[in-house]
Order: sequence, then structure tokens, then C-alpha cells
Amino acid sequence: METMQQLLGPAWMPTWIVIKIVVIVLPLLIAVAYLTYAERKIIGWMQVRMGPNRVGFFGYRLWGLGQPIADAVKLMTKEIMLPTGANKTLFLTAPVLAIAPAMAAWAVVPFNDRMVLANVDASLLYIMAITSMGVYGVVVAGWASNSKYALLGALRSAAQIVSYEIAMGFALVGVLMSAQSLNLVEIVQHQAGGFWQWYWLPLFPLFIVYLIAGVAETNRAPFDVAEGESEIVAGFHVDYSGMAFAVFFLAEYANMILVAALVAIMFLGGWLSPLPFLPDSMVWLFAKMSFVLFCFLWFRATFPRYRYDQIMRLGWKVFIPVTLVWILVVGAFMQTPLGYLFH
Amino acid sequence: MLNRIKYYFKAFLLVELLQGLAVTWRHLWAPKITIQYPDERTPQSPRFRGLHALRRYPSGEERCIGCKLCEAVCPAMAIVIETAQRDDGTRRTTRYDIDLTKCIFCGFCEEACPVDAIVETRIFDYHGEKRGDLYYTKDMLLAVGDKYAAQIAQDKAADAKYR
Repeated sequence: METMQQLLGPAWMPTWIVIKIVVIVLPLLIAVAYLTYAERKIIGWMQVRMGPNRVGFFGYRLWGLGQPIADAVKLMTKEIMLPTGANKTLFLTAPVLAIAPAMAAWAVVPFNDRMVLANVDASLLYIMAITSMGVYGVVVAGWASNSKYALLGALRSAAQIVSYEIAMGFALVGVLMSAQSLNLVEIVQHQAGGFWQWYWLPLFPLFIVYLIAGVAETNRAPFDVAEGESEIVAGFHVDYSGMAFAVFFLAEYANMILVAALVAIMFLGGWLSPLPFLPDSMVWLFAKMSFVLFCFLWFRATFPRYRYDQIMRLGWKVFIPVTLVWILVVGAFMQTPLGYLFH
Repeated sequence: MLNRIKYYFKAFLLVELLQGLAVTWRHLWAPKITIQYPDERTPQSPRFRGLHALRRYPSGEERCIGCKLCEAVCPAMAIVIETAQRDDGTRRTTRYDIDLTKCIFCGFCEEACPVDAIVETRIFDYHGEKRGDLYYTKDMLLAVGDKYAAQIAQDKAADAKYR
């Protein structure tokens, strides 16, 4: 590293940052690929099927572990169809708009107390801001396709994401009240001291609201009316094919992993170990993320899709009041000697 | 009033959702019922109705006498038969075609046949690669019958006592 530093001189800093970005994004993309595999396997098992088990490596089946690679190769070699009536520039910009925020948000996600690409003070605010941008990809895709199904999907998705963003934001207000900080590293450090100290316990209603709003935010089942196969085919990405579609797919799964990471960091103590005598490590963070991701897949295998008005009712008339009440409770308790319960 | 409160508690504590999750959790560990088709196959009945075949007598003489009962009974009109008198004075088919793309595999032809000539075999995984490949002519049907003669005879014998 020293020799590289001398060799590149002032060009070293940007190079180093690019290396760090690659180190985060590359495993993320591999994780996305294998998340799709895990999804098909787990949902298959829950439906008493086996899931993909044919594609392997070097002639061995290996429980179908080659499936995501085969899918990726298929999507990369397929033609990207441009609908005649589509706005070509926006049609091709939309997938980029969808995936850019999903990747950019990882800049501030801490893997342990030192390993974070940008340890900015207001990282929570940054996360909230950048994840809100994701909806533009969906809206632009739906509009640029010039198709009624795509437009309907985009409208639904826009309304849904905007509504649940509020509940999500309020849930995070509870976290920042407890942690007295907007910095994700400090939020995790405030939860030190065993799993009963993590925020999921004192902020339990907010934890549940955040988890469910996270599912809604990523347009996953049972909140996947934006895709709604049975009524609007595939929603905003009906007209996408090949790699353009794959990018939307990547964005959806990268967002899932991001939400899982945020749940782990805000409510499940990030990289902290559940019992004080065990060493803290990144492994705990990945274990917690895997648990949350498993829950997402579990929900998808269990729940039927919500009706659209029910989604809106849940977002506006249940989640927002619940979060507001609990923020009030936390705020009130903080003025009393019992404030230590909420840290 | 009490019911309303009870309902709100149930909905708010996600009771029914957790029950649903418990069901899928149990099934996650349940033994899987998938039959991995090319490697494993489901058991078949001797009455299975698959690809057709025309049978012969042990002497090698074809059974079909060209009565056209199968052609008449076929609800999909998939069978076309033409007959002519053979040199020895018997009536035989000169053409016996089954369009398998029309066939609905009802088995009526098999039932109608007075001499057990047309039968449906256990074969279900055959294919054609171009248009017309699934239009089976008399030679093709006889070839199927010759190839699977033993199996067909065994299935017929197994079913005979119920007829």
C-alpha cells in the first residue's frame, strides 16, 4: 500500500476510494445474485417444493448454486427492446435512476466502527434523502414506457413509497431521539451491552413499523401492487427486457439488502454481539441482515397481496399514528428518571 | 364493544399474521413432495392413455379390420381411415391417420374397437420438431405397436378382468 501511495502520488486518494467502492459494491452484487437464489429456494421449501436444483458448476449440480449465474448470463445476452412509443432517453435513464440510489446509500453504511466508506455526521439524513430518490427510477420508467400498465404501476409505486416514507422517517426519529445522534456509527455504539440494550426492545413498535414499512418501501410482497402480476402484468417494468430489466431487478434486491442492513444497524445493534462476552464483529451484522432478509422472503411466501386502499389505510391511519404516539412516549419518558430505559 | 376491543388487539398484535408465518415455517422443514421428472417418474396405471398404437396378432397379421368405429366415435375427429379389399378378400385399411394435435386422448377409439387394434400406450413424452410431425400415419402407429407389443399386451391383460 505504501509503495502504491508513492507511485500514484496525489492520484492515490481517489484510487483508494474507488478501491473501497469496489470492495463494497462487488460483494453487494454477488449477494444480490444469491439473494434471488435464496428467495427461490426458501419460497420453494415453504411451498413444499425444492426450488432450483439443476444448474451447477463443472458438471456437478451443487443444489442449483449456478442458477443466478445462468440467469445473469441469460439477461446480459438478451436484446433490450425499445417500445416504439417510448421516450428513449428516459426509458434508458430510468434503470440507472433506480439503481444509483440503491448503491449510493451504501456509502455511509458502517460494517464495524472503522469500516465505513464515509463516516459523515448526518448519515441517517443522507440515507433518508438518497433512498427517497429511488422512486424516481420507478416513476420515470413507468412514464417513459408509454404503456398504461407501466404507468399504473408507477403511480401506485409512487404513492406507496411516498406514504411509507413518512412512517419510516418517524420510526427513525425515535432512533435518533434515543441515540442523540444522526451518525450511524454512533447509533450502533449507543446500543452496546447485549441484545436487551438494542433499540428493538425500547422502540419495539417503531421496529415493527420500520420493518413493515421497509417491505413496503422496496415494493416487496405483500406490498407489491406496483408489480401486481395478476392485474397489471409486471407494473412499471413491463416493457423492459434484457439488461435494462436486470438493472431494475438488481435495484430491488440491493434495496432489500440495504433495508436489512438499516434494520440491523438501527434496531438490532449492527455489528455488536448479542451477549457482552462475545467479541463484536462484522459477522454479527451479516447474520442480522440475513435474518431480516429471511423474514422478507418468509413474508412473501406467507402473505397474499394487500389491496391498494388497504395499503394506503395501513400507511396513513395506522403506522403514522403509531409512530407519532411512540415518539411522544419516548420523549415524555426522557423527561422522567425512567429515561434511561430509552437510553 | 368487547368484540371490537378484542378485534383491535388481535389486529394490532398481528396475531393472525404470526399464525400464518407459523404455517409456512412448519412447511419449510416438511419433506418435499417434488418428483424430479426426468430422473424420477410417477407410477402409471395400466389404463394410462398416451400415444396411440396399432396392434398385430401374434401371427403378424394386423388386427384392424377397417370398421371405422373409432373414426365415428372420435369426438375430436382426429382419425381418418380409408379401406380397400385386399387380394385375399379381406377388408383392410389403406390409410389410418391420427392427428395427435387434434386428439384429446379420451380413449373412445380404444373402447370402440371390436378387435383391440387401436390402443393408447403409456408413452406420454414424445414430441415433434416441425409441423406435421405429430400427424401419425398407419406405418408409424404400427411401428409403435410393434415396439411396445409386450408392454401393451401386459397392460391389456391387467385390465381384462375389469371389462
